[in-house]
Amino acid sequence: MSGLLQPPAGPDDALPVEPVQRPGSLGMTTGYLGATAATAVAVAGRATPGAFRLLLRRTTFYVGAGILLFWVVCAIFGHWFAPYSPLAQQLLLPNAAPSAAHWFGTDPLGRDILSRVITGSRDILIITPLATVLGTVLGTILGLAMGYFGGVFDLIAGRIVEAFLALPLVIIAFLFVVAVGPSTGTLIVVVGLVFTPLIARTVRAATLVERQQDYVSASRLFGESPVRVMFGEILPNVMPAILVEFTVRLGYAIFAIATLSFLGFGVQAPTPDWGADISANYINLLPGYWWQTLFPALAIASLVVAVILIADSIEQVLAS
Amino acid sequence: MATFLLRRLGLMILTLWILSLIVFFAGQILPGDPARATLGNLAAPSAVKALDAQLGVNRPLLTRYLSWIGGLLHGNMGTSYSYRTAVEPFVRAALLNSIKLAALAFVIVVPLSIIGGVIAALYAGRAADRFISVTGLALSTVPEFVSGVVIIVIFGVELKALPVTASAGANASDFQQFRHLILPAIPLVLVLFGYIARMARAGTIEALNSDYTRTAILKGLPRATVIRRHVLRNSLLPTITVIATQTGYLIGGLVVVETLFNYQGLGNLIYKAAIAKDFPMLEAGILIIGVVYVLATLIADLLLTYLNPRLRIGGGSE
Repeated sequence: MSGLLQPPAGPDDALPVEPVQRPGSLGMTTGYLGATAATAVAVAGRATPGAFRLLLRRTTFYVGAGILLFWVVCAIFGHWFAPYSPLAQQLLLPNAAPSAAHWFGTDPLGRDILSRVITGSRDILIITPLATVLGTVLGTILGLAMGYFGGVFDLIAGRIVEAFLALPLVIIAFLFVVAVGPSTGTLIVVVGLVFTPLIARTVRAATLVERQQDYVSASRLFGESPVRVMFGEILPNVMPAILVEFTVRLGYAIFAIATLSFLGFGVQAPTPDWGADISANYINLLPGYWWQTLFPALAIASLVVAVILIADSIEQVLAS
Repeated sequence: MATFLLRRLGLMILTLWILSLIVFFAGQILPGDPARATLGNLAAPSAVKALDAQLGVNRPLLTRYLSWIGGLLHGNMGTSYSYRTAVEPFVRAALLNSIKLAALAFVIVVPLSIIGGVIAALYAGRAADRFISVTGLALSTVPEFVSGVVIIVIFGVELKALPVTASAGANASDFQQFRHLILPAIPLVLVLFGYIARMARAGTIEALNSDYTRTAILKGLPRATVIRRHVLRNSLLPTITVIATQTGYLIGGLVVVETLFNYQGLGNLIYKAAIAKDFPMLEAGILIIGVVYVLATLIADLLLTYLNPRLRIGGGSE
């Protein structure tokens, strides 16, 4: 278990290989710096038909899936069942405390907080899955190539990945969002690109394990092209690791997108958005208008916790 | 040992160089003209042009990169576009502030998460373990501004127990400043707890399953002695690495916390510099974070090598 230590060995060690964790350990990635243990899944777990049935036996999975489903329904149909329009201002009723008419109170423009919380789920639930898919696809290709080819390519790519990992994710993301200007497309591309090295690292570690297996040498001897070996032979076997990595990254994508919105680089006013609404109203905590920030904050928290519960369930099942 | 050290130093310098490239060229594709941004939309084109020339941004990219990196190597971080004075004093003051906040967060989170991780490992698979592990994981994905808001509502607004701004003011005593930093430190503690606890847990489980632990138990040592003398000493090694890698996050990822609590740290400095398109300030701030991260990783590696003789010889411990 050499951890991030990089002992003096061949070029394979140019990039830190995460310690392989025992099955049943809390094999989740650590966030910003993306140290990850999904390798454990690659080693220990295989996606079997029984795995899905095992998943359905886990309470944590139901809780997570239930909360996630709730927000997906809000994102799609929220505009129909929200009690008010999220943009409707009532300038005579600013900063109203929670009441029967406005369950979650109103903001300084008299907009209904409950309606903004319900409809504010839309953008984040569009942006985060797309960004995560982009990062996962790019990271998988890069990680497979790094792990499979090794050598100079791995060394160079490894250095670049390492340089990105030296910076907090949110700082890289906002640097690039400032550069290109905030829009939905920018957010997806930026967060996807920021996740690429993190995912590449996991896939690379898993690929290194698989490359030692007989079936890989066999197909190489058989004359299959590197692309075929990587995508036809190795990829299916590192899929469980990628699946775990994807769900965990989804949680961190919510973290990143919400944070960018909070910093003013995400969804722009007046579109309802949890992070942006907190940013607009947290000043009002001091006069005591806590409902304007607390409810969007709880919404973000519930969404990330839901994703993490699902990710943990999948990981537990695959690693068992 | 000497080759190991040289290799690590070489890789460190390589990483920093690539980092400087990323930072510089990401800074250069930021749209807009720094002189225009400084002077505003109504300034005369000739004035903008003159300031561009004064700031040196009309030179070719490569020339600018070389003069920037040359200056850095001489300890000159450049001149701020916004303040028209040297960047260095701003960065120095901000770094110092961030270190205070980060140090407080560390002092709270390290013992707490190691205890949490060890308890989880000792009860692996049981309710206490699942509770600590899942809670830590969930907390680590809740953005700092979310937990920050909840904390402000509870402790600052409802209980009025602690101040909700991070800076106590210029004349405040150390104790007052300390009180002001408690609330801002909590979101950082919450995010970090999950990572460190997880590593401590994994390390402890590995040590518990090892041959030397089995031997220690079989020769009849009391459980507490086995855990203290054989398990913990080995299990905390990987945790050191994780703590080191989180240093970069702590110093740099403070953007949100420092904005929320209005604290003049490095994160806040970078945030404001990005909005003002003050490239020299932005680039210097981000590079400092990179340097801190790389140094922390190096120190952790050296510490690990020192503590674990097996790594000095070559292979890992498995």
